[in-house]
Amino acid sequence: MSPTKDDGGRGIRIRGVSKIYSGTARPAVDDVSLDIAQGEFMTLLGPSGSGKTTMLSMLAGFASVTAGSIEIDGREVSRLKPHKRDLGVVFQQYALFPHLSVAKNVAFPLQQRRMAKADIAAKVAEALELVHLGDFADRLPGQLSGGQQQRVALARAVVYQPRALLMDEPLGALDRRLRDQLQREIARMHRELGMTFIFVTHDQHEALTLSDRIAVFNDGRIEQCGTPAELYERPETLFVAQFLGESTGFRGTVDRAAGVLRCGPHALRAPLLEPALDGADGVVVVRPERLELHVEAGRVAAGHNRVGATVTEIVYVGDRHQVGLRFDDGATGTATHPVGPPLPAMPGEAVTVSWDPRHQAVVADPTGSSVPSPAVEVTADA
Amino acid sequence: MTEPPRDRIKGGKEGGLGWGLRTAVALTGLLLIAPTVVVIPMSFSGADTFEFPPKTWSLRWYRSFFGSEKWMYALLTSLQIGLLVAVVATVLGVAVALGLTRSRFRGLGTVRALLMAPMIMPGIVVAVAIYGVFIRWQLNGTAVGFVVAHTVLALPFVVTAVSTSLSGYDRTMDVAAATLGATAWTTFFRITVPLVAPGVLSGFAFAFVTSLDEVVVALFLQTPDIQTLPVQMYNSITLEIDPTIAAASSLMVVVTTLVLLVPQLVRRERRTR
Repeated sequence: MSPTKDDGGRGIRIRGVSKIYSGTARPAVDDVSLDIAQGEFMTLLGPSGSGKTTMLSMLAGFASVTAGSIEIDGREVSRLKPHKRDLGVVFQQYALFPHLSVAKNVAFPLQQRRMAKADIAAKVAEALELVHLGDFADRLPGQLSGGQQQRVALARAVVYQPRALLMDEPLGALDRRLRDQLQREIARMHRELGMTFIFVTHDQHEALTLSDRIAVFNDGRIEQCGTPAELYERPETLFVAQFLGESTGFRGTVDRAAGVLRCGPHALRAPLLEPALDGADGVVVVRPERLELHVEAGRVAAGHNRVGATVTEIVYVGDRHQVGLRFDDGATGTATHPVGPPLPAMPGEAVTVSWDPRHQAVVADPTGSSVPSPAVEVTADA
Repeated sequence: MTEPPRDRIKGGKEGGLGWGLRTAVALTGLLLIAPTVVVIPMSFSGADTFEFPPKTWSLRWYRSFFGSEKWMYALLTSLQIGLLVAVVATVLGVAVALGLTRSRFRGLGTVRALLMAPMIMPGIVVAVAIYGVFIRWQLNGTAVGFVVAHTVLALPFVVTAVSTSLSGYDRTMDVAAATLGATAWTTFFRITVPLVAPGVLSGFAFAFVTSLDEVVVALFLQTPDIQTLPVQMYNSITLEIDPTIAAASSLMVVVTTLVLLVPQLVRRERRTR
């Protein structure tokens, strides 16, 4: 998805941007191009060291650009100093000024812009109202909880209506309950302000719930960029499938003419294969909630893929059961089963696992091993 | 920083210190203030010689102190040199501390150790060395000589105090200020300086007190024309048994304590504001 609405050249255009830190050979960011539309919530997702924070640093101006260009609202900014870029930045460790009150922290950017005193007071009050901290104006940051401090930081970063708000793991230092709460606050602020938000995280749940689009970073490159649903349902690489959500993968060789992935004794149906994949090593990736478990193989719907397996364990996680599976060839995987209906099988029992090929994705196998190892469990930590 | 934990395992005994430790702390404290406890009452004595505890009370030794041209001149000399030392050592010390905490180079540890050397070296060794060099440079008996020598001795205190407050300074603050539209200058004066000020202030106070207290180097550098208060005290006690020195000592104790308390009070005031 590219910016669809006509925004008259507004938004952020990143073109061929690379970053090589001095003394290192491998680029931290490697030829990245990305368009971010005005008002969009874009998340840069990836493991640590994937280049997402470096990309954010280059946007904000903390790191110089080795190659490429960054345009904000049609203006080339990659050589501008941070204080000239007119962006808001929120840091993981809040970075509030400890000797200034909450109100003075929020007033700071307005004073730099030489705004009249009365206007500053009004703007500060409005911004603190936005983050529900109107009563805390005279407190010092040290007297606030971590969640409150981060809300002050948010207010401070949007009070001067910057061209975009950049956030570097803003929820990383908070405990889980506060993280969920602040996540909702950020989503609400995005709706109310209509500002472009660029959010860096390694947390797939944050990325999936908050974003309009997600750019998945790996090794300094964007693996895939799309809406949360696109990335979850149609991962284009094994990395994306692994990093976003859980999945079970079946490794094999693609036979495009037959429309199948040959995987040991199985021929998994795989319609609409990319021409580039023909004859190559590929992985069929299926999400746990798409796997159906049958005790009788005859009940599998026509046209669905099927693989035999043994249930190894059943873990109750509150809103669902997680069913551990060992496939006939020894590989393992996970399926989910709702809490209401009776469980189809108990641990130790044999089942037939099936799924609709429309709900699978076929990606290239980056390990490229020619020896078919039929199933591989691919999971990602939260 | 996460939320402050409500429950957590606390180390140590409930109800604070045990009896043994309390006694040890009390004894140490007593030992530290004992000279002061003796000298201050003695300065208010009415007797002609040192007397403790005093049988009669009077302010005669203070009158004698403030009425003596010699003592007043020594006090003035000490205050002038002390202030000059404090200013010079603070300026140099802040620069050194900035360099030590914000740069990385080979030999950083060596430079740090060399700067701390005057604190560790025996005072008499430093004094003899300075004396020898200053004779050649003709700095003996000059105000410049005193200021230079005392600055060397005071510098480690300033560097330590300022380095401590700088190492607690989060550089993300500079980056944050830049994104909010502040130039490097604005950031320095509105963010860095106020946050580091308590450390600088206590460095200043330490430097002043170091110079005020210093006697060994001052004895070597003195001439009849230029004597600091501790030197005058030393000279007075070797020539005559005159309780004026008790008044001078008491004043030194009070001034030193006040000067060193200021940074503490400033810090506390900030915290509770």
